[in-house]
Amino acid sequence: MISLTSPVKTRAHGWPAGAKLAGLCAVTCGLFLTQNLALHAAVFAGVLLLSALPGRAFFFASIRHLRVLAPFIIIIAIWHLWTFDGAKGATIILRMLSAVALANLVTMTTKLTDMIDVIQVLSRPLTRFGLRANVLELAIAMVIRLTPVLVDKGTRLSEAWSARSHRRAGWRIVLPFTIIALDDADQVAEALRARGGFDALEEK
Amino acid sequence: MEKNVTLIALFAALIAALGLIPPVSLGFGVPITAQSLGIMLCGTILGAKRGGLAVMLFLLLVAIGLPLLSGGRGGLGVFAGPSVGFLVGFPIAAFVIGLIVEKWRAAPLLIVAGVASVLGGIVVMYVFGIIGMSVMLDKTLVEAAKIALVYVPGDLLKAGIAAMLTSALATARPASVLSRIDAH
Repeated sequence: MISLTSPVKTRAHGWPAGAKLAGLCAVTCGLFLTQNLALHAAVFAGVLLLSALPGRAFFFASIRHLRVLAPFIIIIAIWHLWTFDGAKGATIILRMLSAVALANLVTMTTKLTDMIDVIQVLSRPLTRFGLRANVLELAIAMVIRLTPVLVDKGTRLSEAWSARSHRRAGWRIVLPFTIIALDDADQVAEALRARGGFDALEEK
Repeated sequence: MEKNVTLIALFAALIAALGLIPPVSLGFGVPITAQSLGIMLCGTILGAKRGGLAVMLFLLLVAIGLPLLSGGRGGLGVFAGPSVGFLVGFPIAAFVIGLIVEKWRAAPLLIVAGVASVLGGIVVMYVFGIIGMSVMLDKTLVEAAKIALVYVPGDLLKAGIAAMLTSALATARPASVLSRIDAH
């Protein structure tokens, strides 16, 4: 499975993931503490500059990630033009763009494995409530491995449908799809148990 | 233990797959994804605890950078955007749906699952979604509600579909509706 980490190597790829996440939290909180339009414009310009530093491909990729905000930008723009409060609207839009773009930058410059290491550290206090770190890791790995498997099976299901009907499959196909997921869970659990289950994980 | 973890992992994968497969459109010409249908099914089929955990695992994978949200979205950016409230509401919605299906046994499953999906998947989800929007877009709760409510008709449709699927599953394979089997 393809993660959203950028293939364009940047200097930030080497920085510790924990530090990047802590910095992101601090900056995002800071963005919500001020209403100053000039400051928000400066921050957004800074974020754009940061995205542009690693080169064209990286810059366009980070802009592409912001496209999902388009409907919100349009709604807010119309709303605040309607209420003759353009400055506030611009502040809200810039703040939203900076927050999302910065968060995307962290995702784009952090490897999946580094993120999983951070989760391991963050989940450590939860061991007191019965969460086993290696079980969580195994669950993450299972989802990463099994999502493409399920997508593949789902695609084959809808192909099987369209081979037999000229109508589109629609929501009805979700039932056999869910049953496939339930059966796969059964089989994977059995396979895990056959190999000693979670107790075997403990000994490593 | 192994069974519960694999169920949670597989349903997290199912939510992702429902957002990724293009042919699963819900018909009626409504351009909505099946992803929130997956969240409702987590609750109605797996029950409160496992359903909620499956959705949390799904969100964890989105947060660490996998493009599993419908439309290939993912990463930390989605948690900094205006729809963050809905994401926070996802696991709570699944939990509430599961809880209702586990506890309310007097009525037929079709009705129970439908009411649960509406209460959890719409009421609970929109409470969080609207609060999130009001914070992120600097709007009052009423103003944010006006923006969010355009999605309600689509979600009502999905709640109905989730109810039908759950009751169909109970008819075909009663042992698979785990929220009703070994609720704990």
